[in-house]
Amino acid sequence: MLLISCPHCGPRDEAEFSCGGEAHIARPLAENSITDAQFADYLFYRHNPKGVFLERWRHAAGCRRWFNMVRDTVSHEIIEIYAMGQMPKTKIGKDAYATNWRRASEAEKAAVQTKKKGAK
Amino acid sequence: MGLFRKADPMRSPTSGRVNRSKTVSFTFDGKRYEGFEGDTLASALLANGVHLVGRSFKYHRPRGIMAAGAEEANALVRVGAGAYAEPNLRATQVEIYDGLVAESQNRFPSLKVDVGAVNSLLSRFFPAGFYYKTFMWPASFWMSYEHVIRHAAGLGKVADDPQDPDRYEHTHAHCEVLVAGGGATGLMAAYQAALSGARVILADEQNEFGGWLLGESDVTIDGQDGTAFIADLVSKLEAMDNVTLLPRTSVFGYMDHNFLTLCEKVTDHLPSRPAHLPRQRIWKVRATEVILATGAHERPLVFSGNDLPGVMLSGAARLYANRYGALPGRRVVISTNNDDAYRTALALHKHGIFIRAIADIRPAPKGPLMKQVQEAGIEVLAGHAVTAAAGKLRVGTVEVCPVSEDGAEVTGEARHMDCDLVLMSGGLSPAVHLHSQARGKLKWDDKQLCFSPSSVHEREQSVGAANGVFDLAKGLKEASKVALKAVSRLSLSADEVAQPDVVAPKQSYQPVATWAIANGLPAGQGDKAFVDFQNDVTGSDIKLAVREGYHSVEHVKRYTTTGMATDQGKTSNINALGILANSLQNEIPNVGTTTFRMPYSPTNIGAIAGRDIKGLFDVIRTTRMDSWHKEAGATYEHVGQWMRAWYYPQNGETMEEAVNREVVAARQTAGLLDASTLGKIDIRGKDAAEFLNRIYTNAWSKLPVGRCRYGLMLKDDGMVMDDGVTTRLGENHFHMTTTTGGAAGVLDWLEEWLQTEWPELDVHLTSVTEQWSVATLSGPLAKQILMEAGCTADLSDEAFPFMSMKDAHIAGLPARLFRISFTGELSYEINVPARYGLALWKALMKAGEPHGITPYGTEAMHVLRAEKGFIIVGQETDGTVTPLDLGMDWIVSKKKDDFIGKRALERKSMANSERKQLVGLLTTDPKQVIPEGAHAVLDPHQPMPMAMLGQVTSSYYSPNLKKSIAMALLKNGHALKGTKVYFPMLDGQDPIEAVITDTVFYDPKGERLNG
Repeated sequence: MLLISCPHCGPRDEAEFSCGGEAHIARPLAENSITDAQFADYLFYRHNPKGVFLERWRHAAGCRRWFNMVRDTVSHEIIEIYAMGQMPKTKIGKDAYATNWRRASEAEKAAVQTKKKGAK
Repeated sequence: MGLFRKADPMRSPTSGRVNRSKTVSFTFDGKRYEGFEGDTLASALLANGVHLVGRSFKYHRPRGIMAAGAEEANALVRVGAGAYAEPNLRATQVEIYDGLVAESQNRFPSLKVDVGAVNSLLSRFFPAGFYYKTFMWPASFWMSYEHVIRHAAGLGKVADDPQDPDRYEHTHAHCEVLVAGGGATGLMAAYQAALSGARVILADEQNEFGGWLLGESDVTIDGQDGTAFIADLVSKLEAMDNVTLLPRTSVFGYMDHNFLTLCEKVTDHLPSRPAHLPRQRIWKVRATEVILATGAHERPLVFSGNDLPGVMLSGAARLYANRYGALPGRRVVISTNNDDAYRTALALHKHGIFIRAIADIRPAPKGPLMKQVQEAGIEVLAGHAVTAAAGKLRVGTVEVCPVSEDGAEVTGEARHMDCDLVLMSGGLSPAVHLHSQARGKLKWDDKQLCFSPSSVHEREQSVGAANGVFDLAKGLKEASKVALKAVSRLSLSADEVAQPDVVAPKQSYQPVATWAIANGLPAGQGDKAFVDFQNDVTGSDIKLAVREGYHSVEHVKRYTTTGMATDQGKTSNINALGILANSLQNEIPNVGTTTFRMPYSPTNIGAIAGRDIKGLFDVIRTTRMDSWHKEAGATYEHVGQWMRAWYYPQNGETMEEAVNREVVAARQTAGLLDASTLGKIDIRGKDAAEFLNRIYTNAWSKLPVGRCRYGLMLKDDGMVMDDGVTTRLGENHFHMTTTTGGAAGVLDWLEEWLQTEWPELDVHLTSVTEQWSVATLSGPLAKQILMEAGCTADLSDEAFPFMSMKDAHIAGLPARLFRISFTGELSYEINVPARYGLALWKALMKAGEPHGITPYGTEAMHVLRAEKGFIIVGQETDGTVTPLDLGMDWIVSKKKDDFIGKRALERKSMANSERKQLVGLLTTDPKQVIPEGAHAVLDPHQPMPMAMLGQVTSSYYSPNLKKSIAMALLKNGHALKGTKVYFPMLDGQDPIEAVITDTVFYDPKGERLNG
């Protein structure tokens, strides 16, 4: 059972948390002109690496806050925990982010562009 | 003294650590025996001269006591009586107490005369992979013989009463250093670590700390007996506040991030179990550092008849004699491939036991121990081994032959020796189980012939014998060094403990490789030579598996079942590997090992369940009106954790009669439903309306304050996940309702989107499900009853139209009144602060009584909503249904830029005419109710498999319409309205015929909403 440091509550047993799967999946909107197949990359396909994985967790039986984690799925080492909306700071985490196939997917490109547009 | 000698014929008159002033009486197979406080069941039986204690798993061979600890493979017994009985306990680990009742297992009719032993004669038919091969036979054969085989095989029987009367508890603990194993090295490691101030937990499975050192008579430490050294360390540890000592506690599981599970046997050793104590306690320990001082297990030698009662591990015999004063025999032959057996010979010799001979497989054993043995006049036969043991229910004679150095060949004439005890010493295997569970790696030590830890994965370190360091002085030194290193990683420090002066026999820990000893007969002849005693796996079985093509160690393990018994191969694994490697003409490290799994030793399921049983297994939630429902004789249904009133039978009504009465009343006069369980979420913040726009498929920005709206929530794949009515209480304040079962999931869902996708929105969510009690008053007389109940609000349609909300007082209780309807009738959902729930209910019942108000349960609620064609999420939907499939296009906004599921609904595949769509069904015979889940076909006479259209989701008899109604999800259903469909039934019944209709069966124009 993992020992997870909730950024708000401190180290707690894994039993208090729920895992929300892959992190940093940008959400395309209906206005994005991507094909159904490209949209499926967002909707259905999930990265499932043997090794470093960026994932979302929630302190379900505690503060109920979501956060991100860089975890090695082989060793179960927790490399980094960082807030929602942030990017990983460790080199391992950054590399795992950059090399994820999703970075090249049309769904993500479209979603990121919409977000930027919205920010203006 | 004379009496004791009679009762305990094999008890040394003085030696041992048992309490001779406290005689303990117990029974084994109904016969009464006496032992002493401090005895295990095994030591007490041995002291009474009892060796035969069980029958083996497959062949029903007589078995005795082989070891002295957790590694015992043979002596499995059932302890306790009635509901307290527990099978498969190792006699070597059961502490005796006055009145203990133990029974042997796996024998019929008795231990001495066992009909199952015929299996032994038929053993040619029970080879490796017997079960797999049997399954290949015709199924009919297996069916008829299964019960015979099941009866014959297997171990002990569970308690007669399945209700375990004992209580078990769980506790959590944290420490800086957990030490597993309280032998000399474990004690030293714990003491050294504790000196730094670190919190230390030391657990040992035995009743007394000290491990094997408690049974050594030839060791002095700092000039004192080894046991004095132990006592000194224990008393030091006991005096330290930062140390928790857990005797009788087995560390059985090692999980990620140094999370370990321990099982403490709190009262198992007591004649009566005090009510305030749990029988066993599971410790869930999170340790920063772990030190494994779990010791080592001695290996048996694999020779014909090595499983007879009276054949024992050499170290175990020494321990029984020295620690318990229990003498396991009078005339002993020892077979060994290493030095350690010489210590046993000397120890037993000191107890006055006659050592007939030591057969040492090594051609030229030497060293000081050898000299001492010869000085004691004990015959040593170098280059010899015990090649066969024989006897009926106990060993009586052995063959000793000159053999080759690997034992594989007999090289000379056999000598026959009479004896009542045969000791085998095949070298030591470190107990690396926990290290292996912690994903630590092992390396093969080709000098000591064992696997020992190489690298670690978790923050753990093995010390002493568990690390392959068998020499006591070296082990103690290592323990203190490792402990210092562990605390230094915690930024703590302590002075190194002065190393004690250990004086012990000089011995080599390097056995010669002897995996299977020949018996001088052609292969397969002579008595069996066992590798895995508990699962009855022989050396020949492993060789056979290799001949049949199983070469991977994992395959051989599963095919032969070696190492798969409850002892997890503690004594058998290395011998099995050695035989496998030899058969494959390979080396052990290349053959590899299998993985050790939890638990280290068998752990009681009751202990693992702890208090999470019966009423404490799961939460039961009841509403504030529950006492009224109970009094009214309601039957209940479980909805998630909630107990909801299902229907209220009166005067012996059947369910059908009661539900029909309730359903009719709600449309003719008034019905009252306890709707408190509906999920309720309070939503606030300046972006609350925008948030709802994104969460629901319809638009929320323009909803006026005080008005309600029905909303459908989708997942981002466009499928319906929940529905409910949400009300605008203020400009930035909403009250959302969800389905009863979906409440927690919806809150989590909303939080997820707020926190992870739209953190910029100013919205705050609070679950208020349990803050409000809700009574739904429904029916044409609802308004009148509400007014007579003292409602302060103007209830006219103008002042309080459908789909609006008002604050009011009812019977003096502050209330939020919602005019919404799940029945299609004039209906009010009356919310009061939770604690007024019962008062509200009673007030409404009182006011309604003259008008024939009728409480109705969830079943009537289902019928009423089905009459109106209202869906229930989870009944009409299953995670594959879109709003369009439900014919609810009207609720999906075309104008909004975004809502969850919008893009997915635009997928081309969503317009596929093969999608199942929600339709109504009316049966041709109005009395016939189609079973829910029934499948529809267009032509019931088509050949099978039939082309299925879809399935019935809801189906009831409607007493208001006086006919059967149903809803179904059918392929292209919306286009098929008016078409006849059929529902083939089981058991040769005629298919049910129905016509596809609209889903609204009752009051399609909605005229009844205004009463």
